[in-house]
Amino acid sequence: MLTTKVEIQNLTKIFGKKERQALELVKKGHSKEDILEKTGATVGVNKASFKVEQGEIFVIMGLSGSGKSTLVRMLNRLIEPTEGNILIDGDDIAKMDKEQLRKVRREKVSMVFQNFGLFPHRTILENTEYGLEVQGVDKAERQEKAERALDNAGLLPYKNQRPNQLSGGMQQRVGLARALANDPEILLMDEAFSALDPLIRRDMQDELLEMQDTMHKTIIFITHDLNESLRIGDRIAIMKDGEVVQVGTGEEILTNPANEYVERFVEDVDRSKVLTAENIMERPQTLRIKQSGPRVAMQRMKADNLSSMLVVDKNNVLKGYVTDEDVLEAVKQDKKDLQEIVRTDIPKVHKETLIHELYDVIHNSQTPVAIVDGEDKLLGIVIRGLVLGALVKEREEETVDEQ
Amino acid sequence: MNNSILDQIPRLPVSEWMANIITWLTQNLSWFFGAIRDGGAWLMDGITDLLLFIPPLLFIVLLVALAYFAGRKKLGLPVFTLLGLLYIHNQGLWDPLMYTITLVLVASLLSILIGVPVGIWMAKSRTANWIITPILDFMQTMPAFVYLIPAVAFFGIGMVPGVFSAVIFALPPTVRFTNLGIRQVPDEMIEAAESFGSTGSQRLFKVELPLAKPTIMAGINQTVLLALSMVVIASMIGAPGLGERVINALQRAQVGPGFVAGFALVVLAIILDRVLQGFNKSDN
Repeated sequence: MLTTKVEIQNLTKIFGKKERQALELVKKGHSKEDILEKTGATVGVNKASFKVEQGEIFVIMGLSGSGKSTLVRMLNRLIEPTEGNILIDGDDIAKMDKEQLRKVRREKVSMVFQNFGLFPHRTILENTEYGLEVQGVDKAERQEKAERALDNAGLLPYKNQRPNQLSGGMQQRVGLARALANDPEILLMDEAFSALDPLIRRDMQDELLEMQDTMHKTIIFITHDLNESLRIGDRIAIMKDGEVVQVGTGEEILTNPANEYVERFVEDVDRSKVLTAENIMERPQTLRIKQSGPRVAMQRMKADNLSSMLVVDKNNVLKGYVTDEDVLEAVKQDKKDLQEIVRTDIPKVHKETLIHELYDVIHNSQTPVAIVDGEDKLLGIVIRGLVLGALVKEREEETVDEQ
Repeated sequence: MNNSILDQIPRLPVSEWMANIITWLTQNLSWFFGAIRDGGAWLMDGITDLLLFIPPLLFIVLLVALAYFAGRKKLGLPVFTLLGLLYIHNQGLWDPLMYTITLVLVASLLSILIGVPVGIWMAKSRTANWIITPILDFMQTMPAFVYLIPAVAFFGIGMVPGVFSAVIFALPPTVRFTNLGIRQVPDEMIEAAESFGSTGSQRLFKVELPLAKPTIMAGINQTVLLALSMVVIASMIGAPGLGERVINALQRAQVGPGFVAGFALVVLAIILDRVLQGFNKSDN
């Protein structure tokens, strides 16, 4: 039985001076441009309504300026709503006084930010215990809870570092650990993974899903990325110009777009077309051309059971690949330099390449396919199995659909 | 001809108004000013006596050590401090130096105690910001000498009016930089603090002030240097110290002694500035 955790009703936000006048126009159904012209006020969110069920990942998707960040900030009143109701467990957040609101923020709702929102003057541990600290939890207890949260994220060894000493992915893990440390029921995630590079981003999405399997939080996740929405969202709300234009599962939105806007958004989304090299690429095992010789190569290939490895220079620009046979030969002949055995006949594609195009490339190749950017820098690697897997999955889904 | 209409306008008695205000304050609040004068004089004499009680050699060693740590253990600043203080002692300016240090110390501390809270208030309240900003502009553009006159009216002559005028002159940078520092805290930091349910004071003390600290320290650095320049000027109303020597030399047109004391002030200013900057940097 599903229970509603969060419900918003006619939630509206108007930025600007002539708030009341603009609100009247909103109620009469005037468009955003129209209201801006008449009153100079901007409609951030326009009569948004939806329900979020207990334990689901609810994604709010829209392009920049669609009002999604404003909407999520109204859920914990970082931005004051102009009108409408926000019910969490049936209590209206919009009508609470400061004291009640603070209690909700401390105990029920935590937030994860796009640029992590970590305090640079505090250590990782001190950041993680912030939420408990402001509640007045005593030091020993809050440290223990914070350490447990960091341990779950695999970050305990870094607890005495400062945020700027950590990579972006690790910083966002801290952001997530901090939000989870006071055990909230609802997590608000505002473009939480958008600042991360594609591979880390996928890892984080996986970790979030894994975490959700055991924790069953109610998660409201903001993103501008359709693939991310489809990957993690149980249900998706699509926003445009401050309005919620459609709410449904990924499947419903793809098969039955509510209007032309949604249709354009999800155009051509059958899996093989929407999945790009970026979505299925993996982190490559690489050798640095100057630092590594044949012996290092042999050692690492043995350790990871690889038959070939990519070779890059110090700027991560792809130079080619080496095979296990060549490496073995080079070691026997006591060569010191990888340069002599690097092969350059490796197919390179950009991350936007669609996977059915990728299939043609990889079909004719003996080696994995390298994903590079405009400057030939290596971003990731795609091996044959991954492409096939993705295509098979798509075929299966089509069959299911037909039945 | 053209002036004739303008000449018809009677002269506004601004001078009389100001004089009346000051006289009224002096007469009606004399008990208040008297208490401050006596208490202040007692306090500052005490500080100066304490500083003079420390043997000069020990004092120099302590300051050199301070400079060593402030300058991230490089040698330039401690060597300069050592040579500079030896020069001042050598020229027989040790006692005036202690008076000047007392004045700068007390004026700076008062400026910080008043300035930081006022700066915070301005950052939090639009109305406060709107009212206080022009007052700060006024305080900073008014020629410093003008403050000496009410200072004398309220407190007579000596150290206390010197500190009074120095605080008025040196206060604005601390207020402005505190205000600026808090306003510059990134929105996402504020949102993060708020989203976890911080109270106003938790947000201020745990997030805003720590993040604004480098900016506030830059303001305090300026305040200290302005306080130094003002306590020199305040020698005209009998504040003791190095400034007194400069004024004496000026009145008698003695080039030599004027420069001797002037150099001592330069030495003090450089030590104060570099040590404060050093501590601010090593904190970050």
